[in-house]
Amino acid sequence: MRVEQFLKDSSRRFPEKIAVVAGDRRLTFREIDAASDCLAAALRRHGVMRGDRVIIFMDNRWEAVVGIFAVLKAGAVFSPINPSTKADKLAYLLNNCRAAALITLGSLLSVARDAMAEAPSVKLAVVTGAAAKPALAGGIRFEDAVTEPGAAPLPDPAGIELDLAMLIYTSGSTGLPKGVMMTHQNIVAAASSITNYLQNTPDDIILNALPISFDYGLYQVLMAMRVGATLVLEKSFAFPQAVLNKIAAEKVTGLPLVPTMAAILLQMKDLKPGAYPRIRYITNTAAALPPAHIMRLQELFPQTLIYSMYGVTECKRCTYLPPGELAKHPDSVGIAIPGTEAYVVDDAGRRVPPGTVGELVIRGPHVMKGYWEDPEATDRALRPGPFAWEKVLYTGDLFRADDEGFFYFVARKDDIIKTRGEKVSPKEIENVLYALAGIREAAVIGVPDAILGLAIKAVVVSTHAAMKEQDVIRHCARHLEEFMIPKLVEFRDSLPKTDSGKISRRLIDSQSLESAE
Amino acid sequence: MQTDIEQKIRQFITDNFLFREDRASLTDSESLLEAGVIDSTGVLELVAFLETGFGIAVRDAEMVPENLDSISRIAGYVGRKLNSHAR
Repeated sequence: MRVEQFLKDSSRRFPEKIAVVAGDRRLTFREIDAASDCLAAALRRHGVMRGDRVIIFMDNRWEAVVGIFAVLKAGAVFSPINPSTKADKLAYLLNNCRAAALITLGSLLSVARDAMAEAPSVKLAVVTGAAAKPALAGGIRFEDAVTEPGAAPLPDPAGIELDLAMLIYTSGSTGLPKGVMMTHQNIVAAASSITNYLQNTPDDIILNALPISFDYGLYQVLMAMRVGATLVLEKSFAFPQAVLNKIAAEKVTGLPLVPTMAAILLQMKDLKPGAYPRIRYITNTAAALPPAHIMRLQELFPQTLIYSMYGVTECKRCTYLPPGELAKHPDSVGIAIPGTEAYVVDDAGRRVPPGTVGELVIRGPHVMKGYWEDPEATDRALRPGPFAWEKVLYTGDLFRADDEGFFYFVARKDDIIKTRGEKVSPKEIENVLYALAGIREAAVIGVPDAILGLAIKAVVVSTHAAMKEQDVIRHCARHLEEFMIPKLVEFRDSLPKTDSGKISRRLIDSQSLESAE
Repeated sequence: MQTDIEQKIRQFITDNFLFREDRASLTDSESLLEAGVIDSTGVLELVAFLETGFGIAVRDAEMVPENLDSISRIAGYVGRKLNSHAR
């Protein structure tokens, strides 16, 4: 099965049911299906071919849902990119996958234009919310493209399920993002497994405030379309009361969270236990929720099933804790998701007994096909499995299992920082810091933060005595996505080095902890 | 008085959020969220500032875009809170 079939099937079963609520707009499955047919035809007409990559550079809006399915119906590959991405990084991504087209919005036009100027592969830009024909080469209006029926029928099927369906860019320890390759089969397997254990039905109404450029947010779209549930798209969790009001108004049954959102909810003063009894389930992933937070969340939402989950972009989701086990194993991220296997290995790749810490390995139909055009990184992550034809995923995360087979996260093997649920490469931020005149040495670490999990801290040595924290942050804001911008900057005379002379993030980390005590 | 409040709020936003953006100014009615000036932790910082800076208590139900998503909305909200206190 291919992913666009999710939408086609739901449109056939529930044509007049509301598929997406976004701001004031409410669209039925039939409307989303028809709009994505038209846009797919427009993509084909403008030269997007089977297997071509199309970047979707948008915030959470219904047009993004249409864009995703249009790209798949055209037989192409979509890649959702965070709307706070700056032009130089967007250009890098467009060039990395040699994107044929870009789907974006009017308010991001100047970023898109600057990036496209550096990316010769991009022949087409579909822009929503632009008053007139967008002023850039190959620009067409989204609103025209979704209303004009295609002259030629779309290829049906647009390909087979082994075809590449999406690239999800993820931070790598090298500082350059890598494109995780997922086939239609991968996505269908992951979405089926997750909707199975969440017991999603067409009666579900899922509120998603997570960016759809983030696979956890993206899968809310894909899973809602798969089961025929209604998706309520919110742009942000910045005003939690506004989100709660929406939850009440739309009778939301499913609420995906990251620990930062949970922490924001928990510090609300007037939130009464049991005020939102219709919420059937809350999920948490991206980083572990402290057991104390899980308990308080359960007190506030006593009728709600709480799912603690763990995943990596490379297989979407690894484990989930069945809600019935929460009281017994509050600090566990559970067991392998249905239809997959998880186990802990030592450095030689041998399975270790319960209680021993090792790297978590994942087997299953949800495991990625590799990183886009990066065979070395692919070989590090995907290694030979039990069968000659199979590769298994080394997650890079240290885990242990208990005697009952429940898994516990211990630590990451690399320096990747999880902040606000997003993976951030310290190297990527350090590269930006070094581009600021006056910065002689730079290191980026994560420091504990009640809301963010880890807050990004830049520790720098500057040759400009007048340089201030604000100068550093402003420079970073020009080049980095919102969630990567340091919250804290510390100036030092020198940074600690390892014996080989390399700046040691670990030594800085321990010094920061000491000074905080 | 309203202009004093607006001034103080503008100063806080400029010092804490706006300096990061490549823009000289922000209009009074511009959405802070849409402009990318403020995010979820920014809203919490803003609320903490309003509570200490103006001595008001911001209730959860008041933490909505209608009260907090632009300089003029914040100033209007703070003005109403201070008035209801004075009475």
